Amino acid sequence: MLELETDVLVAGGGPAGTWAALRAADAGADVVLVDKGWCGASGATAASGTSVWYVEPDADARETAMAAREGLGGYLSDRGWMARVLDETYAGVNELADRGRYPFPRDDEGREIRRGVQGPEYMRRMRTLVRRAGVRILDHSPLTRLLTTVDGVVAGAAGTRRQVGVDYRVRAGAVVLATGGCAFGSGALGCDVDTGDGALAAAEVGAHLSGMEFSNAYAIAPAHSSVTKTAYYSYASFYRADGTILEGAGSTRGRSVIARTLLDEPVLCRLDHAGPTEQTAMRRGQPNFFLPFDRAGIDPFRDLFEITLIAEGTVRGTGGIALAAPDCATGVPGLYAAGDAASRENICGGFTGGGSHNAAWALSSGSWAGRAAAAHALAGGRPYPTTGAGPVPSGPTPVRDVVSAVQAEVLPYDINLIRHGDRLGPALERLDGVWDTVREGLDGGSWRAREAAAMTAVARWMYTAALAREESRGMHKREDRPGSDPAWQRRIAVGGLDEVWVAA
Amino acid sequence: MIELLSTDRCIGCDRCVDVCPTDVFDRVPGTVPVIARQGDCQTCFLCEAWCPVDALWVAAERTPLAAPPAEDDVALGSYRAALGWGQGRTPGARIAIGPPLIHEPGDPPGPPLV
Ligand SMILES: Cc1cc2nc3c(=O)[nH]c(=O)nc-3n(C[C@H](O)[C@H](O)[C@H](O)COP(=O)(O)OP(=O)(O)OC[C@H]3O[C@@H](n4cnc5c(N)ncnc54)[C@H](O)[C@@H]3O)c2cc1C
Ligand code: SF4
Ligand code: SF4
Repeated sequence: MLELETDVLVAGGGPAGTWAALRAADAGADVVLVDKGWCGASGATAASGTSVWYVEPDADARETAMAAREGLGGYLSDRGWMARVLDETYAGVNELADRGRYPFPRDDEGREIRRGVQGPEYMRRMRTLVRRAGVRILDHSPLTRLLTTVDGVVAGAAGTRRQVGVDYRVRAGAVVLATGGCAFGSGALGCDVDTGDGALAAAEVGAHLSGMEFSNAYAIAPAHSSVTKTAYYSYASFYRADGTILEGAGSTRGRSVIARTLLDEPVLCRLDHAGPTEQTAMRRGQPNFFLPFDRAGIDPFRDLFEITLIAEGTVRGTGGIALAAPDCATGVPGLYAAGDAASRENICGGFTGGGSHNAAWALSSGSWAGRAAAAHALAGGRPYPTTGAGPVPSGPTPVRDVVSAVQAEVLPYDINLIRHGDRLGPALERLDGVWDTVREGLDGGSWRAREAAAMTAVARWMYTAALAREESRGMHKREDRPGSDPAWQRRIAVGGLDEVWVAA
Repeated sequence: MIELLSTDRCIGCDRCVDVCPTDVFDRVPGTVPVIARQGDCQTCFLCEAWCPVDALWVAAERTPLAAPPAEDDVALGSYRAALGWGQGRTPGARIAIGPPLIHEPGDPPGPPLV
């Protein structure tokens, strides 16, 4: 057993976790960061790269930026949070350029263009920044549970160092959960590590979730590959197998047409709206977009290639741990949440945060959570943990069986993307049964069992909220409840483990 | 999926063992690492990017190939080169200016060019 003590413990080393660790260390706190994978290469951003909601502090530009997605999000977002995210992101990205020496590209006048980052480069710089700030990093060390005092104050966390086979316990004055979203092991780029572990741990100590009905983001990828990078499909046409155009299909709003078609037949694609200039720019902009093509001998600008839609759950969806205050406190004393682990409704409403908002949110919420956790810990000290909420017991059922059972309910387009109460209801009942199996115990190691349990819990919250929202709004579209109902212009909270509850 | 670890090229630095987010490689005392859990590979290409001597190859497929390709048949190091990582290269991030994303959500694209 490795025993450590610190002011702030950050779980997760993607953008949200690294910004949290950096800000906490800058505030004078002692910081330990634990990551399931390797901080700097793990998580959705490291593998992909992101456009960032980086908007000059000009009143008109900011107004346009805030108004742009309000309608798509079903008017569930909040201007106050948006304005704060735009300010924090602007400052943070500028700091990444200056302090992090990130090599942003330059325009014709030599001014840096700071509206996007390549994932591998961004995250390797963040690891360096975090280490230089004195943060102690434990890689390959998934958190498996939070530790609390008898009064329910969060006082640290426990986990396992999977490469050395030793458990750890960190006593801490505050904990930031930045463990990413939950993509249900769907195979989306970089997302297999994102299994909702933070949401489960938070719920076990009394936190709840919000926006879980908006957790059904699906991304386009070449059918054989993991590369769910979607921006350049705005230059695509979509075809049926016989070569005729698939009417109504599109990379954004036409995605449900693609999904419906994929239920019965293959969908082909070609980036045939890109001329030579765009083609060169694409190769420079996102080299990883081309890996599945180059390595399979496909010319995406000339050849038709088969595509699929891969679920990204709450990674590019929007639901997550509900925040109780502007500093990203969860309402449970000593516990903060940031990035995809937290609900992004404040800036996205019910729409996806992909394509700039999520990256800005990870940076901003991470920064706020890190600062607040440091202040909390430096003022309140390091309480002694007395209990730890629910590890999954060892038992007969293989972890893989549970994961497959959850995937069978959450990945199919005709349950999760194309929604209907008649399909969501029975799926939720089956998921409740999976939860009972989890409770009886799983065979497959502590952190793997936690992943399976977390996916099950997230799936149940997702469908509970989807059934509760008796309308269509944002990315939540129900065939049996078409159209938005003004009475439902409010958020839905869910929580609970054995007994799932919902409140609107 | 990760398909190749070139034992000829590998210098045994174990960096792939560290960086792989899903813990696919195992250290081996006294020699180079092995691909121990291919089935856990999430096809993120990051081991390739981080390997200092271009000894790794990740196929684009999300499922294992019937047999790994021959080393001479694949462009070892091509992703690292595209990222501009490695001595003497310009970071790819420095020139990463993509095309304008002209089609906002919901907009129909123009007519195809080919
Ligand atoms: C292909 C793709 C493209 C995207 N493009 C864009 C874009 O252009 N613009 C945009 O705004 N957003 C985009 N997104 C979304 C964006 O990547 C995420 O919102 C962002 O990565 C969230 O950061 P995060 O730190 O919260 O989570 P992540 O980056 O996913 O990091 C989570 C970290 O937590 C760790 N972790 C998980 N469980 C545990 C545990 N139990 N214990 C310890 N550590 C744990 C993981 O190993 C990982 O390092 C994209 C996502 C994908 C998949
Ligand atoms: S990173 Fe490359 S050189 Fe280092 S051990 Fe792995 S394969 Fe060998
Ligand atoms: S591609 Fe990614 S998941 Fe697969 S072995 Fe390499 S680093 Fe690991």
